[in-house]
Amino acid sequence: MIQALWKFEFLQNAFMAGILIGVIAPLLGVFIVVRRQALIADALSHITLAGIAASLLLGKYSTFWQGVNPVYMGMGFSAAGSLFIEQLRKVYKHFEELAIPITLSGGIGLGVVFLSLADGFNSDLFNYLFGSVIAISRSDLMAVAIISVIVVIVVTLLYKELFFLSFDEEQAIVSGVRAKWIHFIFILLVAFVIAVSMQIVGVLLVSALMTLPVAASIRIARGFKQTIAYSIIFGEMAVLGGLVLAYYLDIAPGGTIVLLSAFILLFVLLVKRIKQWKS
Amino acid sequence: MSTSNNLIDLKDISFHYGDGNVLEDITFSIPQGAFVGLVGPNGSGKSTLIKIIFGLLKAQKGSVHIFGKKMSKFHDWSKIGYVSQKANSFNSGFPASVFEVVSMGLTSKLGLFKFMKTNDRKAVMDALQLVGMSDFASSNIGELSGGQQQRVFIARALVSQPEILILDEPTVGVDANSTSDFYELLGKLNKDNGITLLLVTHDIGTITDKVTHVACLNKTLHFHGETNEFEQFNERELSGFYGHHVHVLSHDHDHGGF
Repeated sequence: MIQALWKFEFLQNAFMAGILIGVIAPLLGVFIVVRRQALIADALSHITLAGIAASLLLGKYSTFWQGVNPVYMGMGFSAAGSLFIEQLRKVYKHFEELAIPITLSGGIGLGVVFLSLADGFNSDLFNYLFGSVIAISRSDLMAVAIISVIVVIVVTLLYKELFFLSFDEEQAIVSGVRAKWIHFIFILLVAFVIAVSMQIVGVLLVSALMTLPVAASIRIARGFKQTIAYSIIFGEMAVLGGLVLAYYLDIAPGGTIVLLSAFILLFVLLVKRIKQWKS
Repeated sequence: MSTSNNLIDLKDISFHYGDGNVLEDITFSIPQGAFVGLVGPNGSGKSTLIKIIFGLLKAQKGSVHIFGKKMSKFHDWSKIGYVSQKANSFNSGFPASVFEVVSMGLTSKLGLFKFMKTNDRKAVMDALQLVGMSDFASSNIGELSGGQQQRVFIARALVSQPEILILDEPTVGVDANSTSDFYELLGKLNKDNGITLLLVTHDIGTITDKVTHVACLNKTLHFHGETNEFEQFNERELSGFYGHHVHVLSHDHDHGGF
């Protein structure tokens, strides 16, 4: 493995991107889970797919778009989708969860239409759906790195506001936290992270990487910072282990990463249960 | 009362959501150092009044002065601590330690992009000490009892060292024993620490021996004055005000729910 890592640039790209995603996806995931918005990642990943499909379609007719990484169009769609969800939540005040299925099905519908028109039902699509070890280019890695730096800086700077808003929105607003702006910035970050994560984990599984490590962490952590730390550790274990398995077994990494996350979760639940049973 | 040492001054406040007034001609003030009990039945406009004080709702008529400044010119919200009735209706699985919950109270004092320093950490521990919860600093908030959680939320409101603390139905969902301990704590904060308090509640019987001033609200202000005057405000009038019989100064918690 180590030798292969030295030899193949595509493997280096995949692992470096994986290490970064293993930090930022669970980091944002903690805030999403405690706000009970776990499904928002699903909705946004489907919108991202529509964006990627749109980029492939444009590439069919214009040489300019062939040169543009489809991830950027995916990010654009994802960001627009996140704003759309916020608007829908306001329209359906008493049925806020409706925003998720509306966006999710809208996204997949658009994606299927664009892909059909672009004759895009091929191996590329398979990579976007379930992730890939070999499809990560240097320019993809750059996108992941830039987004990672932005996410870590913004979350660090806005940490106390994000934490307060997640715990008790009303009180946070009374204390002068500018909820609207912070929500807006946060959901944009989520949209970007989903767009850059999907080449490794795939559209259908990206939300799992944001929620499963957090679900395990929440059972054993004391305090919020520890919850974040454990989530990132579990996320890293799943991503790195999943990539190694995917490489050796020649399986799409989305599957191995998510299954590893699920195993970690089961293991944590089991250990916790045994501990409770002993005491 | 002279206006000079009033922390909060409401003058001729009227408010309506659609048709029909929720509040009518409310003139109400909180002098420095007072422990004001604002009582009234459910739906009497108590929460609306609180929202007006915090500028979350704007009264159609009347004026609000906070620390002698006009509402629109007042920005120093860290001077006002607030414990909402929903404070302990948070998701009890939320993975936050007691220390972290109290630190939230420093958010506006610190300001954007600022981090906690050693003296901020000390302020958090001091606030926990004050409410008798320092042994629980590293426990997760969801593991505590309702009464303990309520103390933590008081500590969160106190950590920025506010001059006035506003408590909106703070004992909802807290058992009777913890409730009376809780009022002891409020009495102590008022007397020993000189913190001005506004306690909003529908439960009039349990508070009257700790508060220094009482205000009775039901759309209009029925009574506003010092506690000893209030004791002469007879039971018959109160009954009319609440719509059924009321025992004033009853400390029997079975009579607690009006």
